[in-house]
Amino acid sequence: MQRLRPVLQRFLLSGLGKPIWFGLSVVPALYLLFAAFADHLGANPAEALIRSTGDWALRGLCLVLAITPLRTVAGIPALARFRRMAGLFVYFYAVLHLVSYAWLDQGFDLDALTADIAKRPFILVGFLAWLILTLLALTSWNRAIRAMGGLAWRRLHSSVHLIGGLGILHFFWIRAGKHNFFEVAVYASVLGALMAWRVRQRWRRRSAGQGGLAGAGGRSG
Amino acid sequence: MLIQSNQNGYLHPLGSEITPARTYANRRDVLKQMALVAGAAGLATWQERSAFAQDAVWGARPGKLAPLSATPGRGDGFNVMEKVSAYKDASTYNNFYEFGTDKADPAVNAHTLKTSPWSVEVEGLVKKPMRFALEDLLKLSPMEERIYRMRCVEGWSMVIPWVGYSLSALIKQVEPLGSAKYVEFVSLADPKIMPFVGSRILDWPYAEGLRLDEAMHPLALLSFGMYGEVLPNQSGAPVRIVVPWKYGFKSAKSLVKIRFTEKQPATAWNKAAANEYGFYSNVNPLVDHPRWSQATERRIGEDGLFAKKRKTLMFNGYEAQVGQLYAGMDLRKNF
Repeated sequence: MQRLRPVLQRFLLSGLGKPIWFGLSVVPALYLLFAAFADHLGANPAEALIRSTGDWALRGLCLVLAITPLRTVAGIPALARFRRMAGLFVYFYAVLHLVSYAWLDQGFDLDALTADIAKRPFILVGFLAWLILTLLALTSWNRAIRAMGGLAWRRLHSSVHLIGGLGILHFFWIRAGKHNFFEVAVYASVLGALMAWRVRQRWRRRSAGQGGLAGAGGRSG
Repeated sequence: MLIQSNQNGYLHPLGSEITPARTYANRRDVLKQMALVAGAAGLATWQERSAFAQDAVWGARPGKLAPLSATPGRGDGFNVMEKVSAYKDASTYNNFYEFGTDKADPAVNAHTLKTSPWSVEVEGLVKKPMRFALEDLLKLSPMEERIYRMRCVEGWSMVIPWVGYSLSALIKQVEPLGSAKYVEFVSLADPKIMPFVGSRILDWPYAEGLRLDEAMHPLALLSFGMYGEVLPNQSGAPVRIVVPWKYGFKSAKSLVKIRFTEKQPATAWNKAAANEYGFYSNVNPLVDHPRWSQATERRIGEDGLFAKKRKTLMFNGYEAQVGQLYAGMDLRKNF
């Protein structure tokens, strides 16, 4: 790790870092597109697409929330450059998830969609998470950050933790009918651990006398 | 290709190219009559006759497992005139939680199931309790092919050509006592070969049940095969129940015990979540599952990815046959 760290750091800072990160992030979407055309999605391709896009949004969320801890614990500050792109990819997969549900499951029928949201609380929760995520995506540009001011922007973007919670609740509710919680538990513990790390950091800083969001500076997130 | 346009006319024929249902139905009758004539003339054996008729309905046998010959079932609702689902779909998209919770899992994991030797214990409130060896069950009544709709509570459906005979044939053999009001079906639960038995998802063994009059209905099938072959393990080999007017989970797989009781038996999903899965669980588009609508269903393999969902039919389309079983009952309460 000691020797790997500077190599990784240099690579991430190089011109190749972002294109490669971007390329890896679109691989799942490209695979799903290919699989849909090539009939590789099993007996119920609509369900497979809806589920996989949701899975990838959740995985992306785990990745986004892992960036700050990795940056600090593993000592790879260059990771900070990828936070916005990683966040926008979460939104990308969340949009694919929502669109594939609205299209493949509900046929873009607005009446059916509203009835379904009213009938199924887990869909309401997922939709809510998507709405908040939309706000974050819309304010992800430098200008938005400047316009909002750093503190307000950070406060808004700390709702990514709320999104994580809603995402887990959404997933939990889907699986509740079948008592099948293994995967839910895996994602919940990953996200839980990443959030617990933040709580610990903040508590440490506070007890060290720095206190408050402002004191956390660029390291909150 | 899942995504189809009107360019590929072969896969997606024009309306004018689709054979009208009446002609299609007629053709089966003609073929059946031809087969009958052939049989009577001694020109065809029983096997050939059934193979002949089967080929006419849903194409050739998949050729994966041992053949199980049958004659087309003749009864009200025994042969639904809808496109039969692909064997590949019916044998790779299964709910059989003993072998995994993903619908692709059972096809991968169920090879460990040993279906021979096999026996089914019949006990409880019957004059003649007995243990049937599988070989004897296979000979108990002539095998029929029944083409039934299969509607899963999750909102998808298939059309499957089962092989078996009416469960009533077995029930008559064991002579239920007057006090018997219900029949309980118990599936195999062997943690050595079933990786998920022991998980907390359900209370194992998987148990299902019917009211005795439901079990005696000719549509209730004791099934040993599908698509002209013995059942694949993931579909509940070597013997299972098929109750086409109820959600799929009522049709217990890999049966080892049939018990006649006076009290309504506890059933697996009902025990797990009583507010979500009732004892009756008749397919009913008007009674939603507490967390989702049951008004529509996705027919597996139908017209690619962007196919519209179908409207779910009352009693899965078997209302004419089974509706009277529930006369006067509040189906909203007895869901």
